[in-house]
Amino acid sequence: MSVTAPSAPALARGVDVDPVDAGPPPPVPPLLPSPKRWQPPWRNPWRRPWILESFTWLYLIWSLAPIAVAVLFSFNNGKSQSAWQGFSIRWYWGDPINSIFHNPTLRSAVEQTLRLSVFTTVIAVPIGVAFAIGIHRWHTRTSASFNFVMVFSYVIPELIFGVAMFFLFTQLFTFIRLGTVAEVLGLVTWNFSWPAIIVLARLVSIGRSYEEAAADLGASRLQAIRRVLIPMLMPAIFASAVLVFASVVDDFVVVDLLSSTANTQPMSVIIYANTHGGNGGPALNALATMMLLFSFVVVIAGLVAYRWMTRGERGSSRHDAMTSIAGM
Amino acid sequence: MTREDRMRKWADRDQKRWVWVAFAMPGIIWLTILFIVPFYAVLAIAGGKLNQIFESPIPVWNPLNWTAASFTAVFHDFVGQSAFVGPIFVRTLIYVAIASVLSLVIAYPAAYFVTRFAGRRKVFFLALLIAPFWISYMMRMLAWIDLLQTDGYVNRALVDVHLIGQPVDWLGGKSMTVILGLVYGYIPYLILVLYAGLDRIDQRLLEAGRDLGLNRIRTFVRITLPLSRQTILTGMLITVLPMVGDYFTNQMLSGSESTSMIGNVIDSQLNTASQQSQGAALSLLLLVFLLAPMLYYVFQTHRASKEAF
Repeated sequence: MSVTAPSAPALARGVDVDPVDAGPPPPVPPLLPSPKRWQPPWRNPWRRPWILESFTWLYLIWSLAPIAVAVLFSFNNGKSQSAWQGFSIRWYWGDPINSIFHNPTLRSAVEQTLRLSVFTTVIAVPIGVAFAIGIHRWHTRTSASFNFVMVFSYVIPELIFGVAMFFLFTQLFTFIRLGTVAEVLGLVTWNFSWPAIIVLARLVSIGRSYEEAAADLGASRLQAIRRVLIPMLMPAIFASAVLVFASVVDDFVVVDLLSSTANTQPMSVIIYANTHGGNGGPALNALATMMLLFSFVVVIAGLVAYRWMTRGERGSSRHDAMTSIAGM
Repeated sequence: MTREDRMRKWADRDQKRWVWVAFAMPGIIWLTILFIVPFYAVLAIAGGKLNQIFESPIPVWNPLNWTAASFTAVFHDFVGQSAFVGPIFVRTLIYVAIASVLSLVIAYPAAYFVTRFAGRRKVFFLALLIAPFWISYMMRMLAWIDLLQTDGYVNRALVDVHLIGQPVDWLGGKSMTVILGLVYGYIPYLILVLYAGLDRIDQRLLEAGRDLGLNRIRTFVRITLPLSRQTILTGMLITVLPMVGDYFTNQMLSGSESTSMIGNVIDSQLNTASQQSQGAALSLLLLVFLLAPMLYYVFQTHRASKEAF
C-alpha cells in the first residue's frame, strides 16, 4: 500500500502514478475571481470567531482542570493535597486507618449517601409524577395554588428551606428527630419539584389528543393513563429520576442541617466538616472522587437509557438526551 | 343540548375529576405537611419565647400570643450600638453582586459560542459545559482548596512568573477567594439556563439580520441580546438566590469572620440553642427580602409554560 494517495485528477484520468514522482499538482483555477483589493480578515463576515472560541476553551480549562487535579491527588501516595508524591490507591483501600474502605466514618458516609439517594429517588419520583399528572388536568384554585407552592419550593434558597426543616424536626415532629428519616423527608421535599416540573412540561407538550384517541378506542381513563400516557412520559420520568439521584448525592445544606451523629452524615457533610480550616488529607479527595463517580455513573447510564427510550422518536438526538438529563 | 344532557355532562365531569384529585393528592399532602407546616414552625419559634433556665427556644403555636422579641433583637443587630449583622448583610450583597455579574460575563460568551458556532462539535462542547453541573459542589470547593494551599500550584505558578514575591495565604480570609468560590460554584447552573435560552433563539432571525447587512457584532447587539434578555434575568435569579443563602463556600475557602456572609450568621445561630429564635427570625426576614425576585421567577416560568402550550 502506498503511504500517500495519488492526486484526484490523476485518479480521474486513470493513470497509475508513482506517489513519489507525481510532481506538483496542476494549479486549480479559482472558482471566483479573486477580490480586487486585499481585505483584512475582520472584514470577512464568515470568519471563525477565534476570540470567542479561545475564551470558551479557557473557561472549560478553568472549570475542569481543578477537578482533574483534585481527582489526581486522591491517588497521591502521601499525606499532601498540594505536592505529588507518587501514585497509590492507599486512600481508597490500602491505608489501614484513613482509607475509605477501612475508616468507619468515611465508609459509613459512602453508605449513607447511597442510602439517601436511593430512598429519596424511590419516594420523590412517583409522588412528583402523580402530582404533575393530577395538577395538569385538575383545574381549580387548589391545584393552581399547589402548583405555585411546588415551583416556590424550587426557587427558595436551600438555607431558608433547611432552617424550616430543622425547626420542624426539632420542635414540632419531635418523634422523628434529626437523622436518616428526617434527612430523607427533607430531601424528598427539596427534590420533589424536579419530577413535577419536568413531567408537567412534558405533559404540556404531549397535549390531550393521544389520551382522547385512547378513550375513543374504548380505554377507560385509568387505562388511558397506564397504557398511553405513562409510556409516553417514561423518558421524562427517567430523566427526573437521574436528576433527583444526582442532586441528592451532591446535596449539602439539607443533610448538613438534618443529620445528627457522624453515622448519619453523608459524604458531602464529612468533606465539609473536615476541610474548613485546613488540610484534611487526600482521603477527602478520594471521598469526593467517589461522589463524582456515583453521579457520573448514574448520569451516563441515564443518557444511554434515555437514548434507548426515545429511539425512533422524531427529534431524538444526543443533544436532546443531554439537555433532558440535565433538566434543561 | 337539552338541560338533561348538560346535567349529565356536568355529572360526568365531576365523576371523573376524582381521578386527577387522587393523583395530585399525595403530593399536595406532602407539600402541606413538609413544606407549609415547617414555615409555620419557624414563625412559632421566631414569635415564641425563650426558656430562661435552659436557654432554649419555646415555640408558641397560637399566633395571638406571638411576640416580636426576636425580631427586635434582629433589628438591633442590623442597626444600633452593637450591630454586627448590618455590615455582614451589606457584604453579602456586595459579594453576590460581584460574583453574579462575573458569572454572567464568563458564562454568556461560552454559552453563546457553543450554541451559535460550535457546529458539529456542539454535543462535545455541551458535554464539557454540563460536566461541572454533575460534579458535587463540595468536590469543586475541595479542588480549589488543594490548589490554593500556601504551597499549592497557584502560589507556585505565580511565584515562578514573578507576579508575587512570596506565597499568598489565599485561604486565610480573602474576599477575592470567596468571590471566586461563589463564581466557580454557581456558574454551572447559570450556564445551563443561558445555554437553553440561547439555543431556543430562532436561527432564521439571525440569518435574516445577516442577509440584511448587519455584521456579526450588530446582529448580536440588535437581535440575540434583546431576545436573550429574559434568559439572562432568569439565569441571574437562579444563581443569585442560592448565593444569598450560601454559608459553606465562605466557610470552606476562608473560615474567617472578616468574610462572613448572612448565611454564616443564620448557620451559627442555629447551632446555639439560645440564639435559635433569632436565627428563625433572621431567616424569615431573608425570605421576605427575597420574596419579590422569587415570585417574579415563579410567575415568569408560569407564563413561559402557558406560552409553550
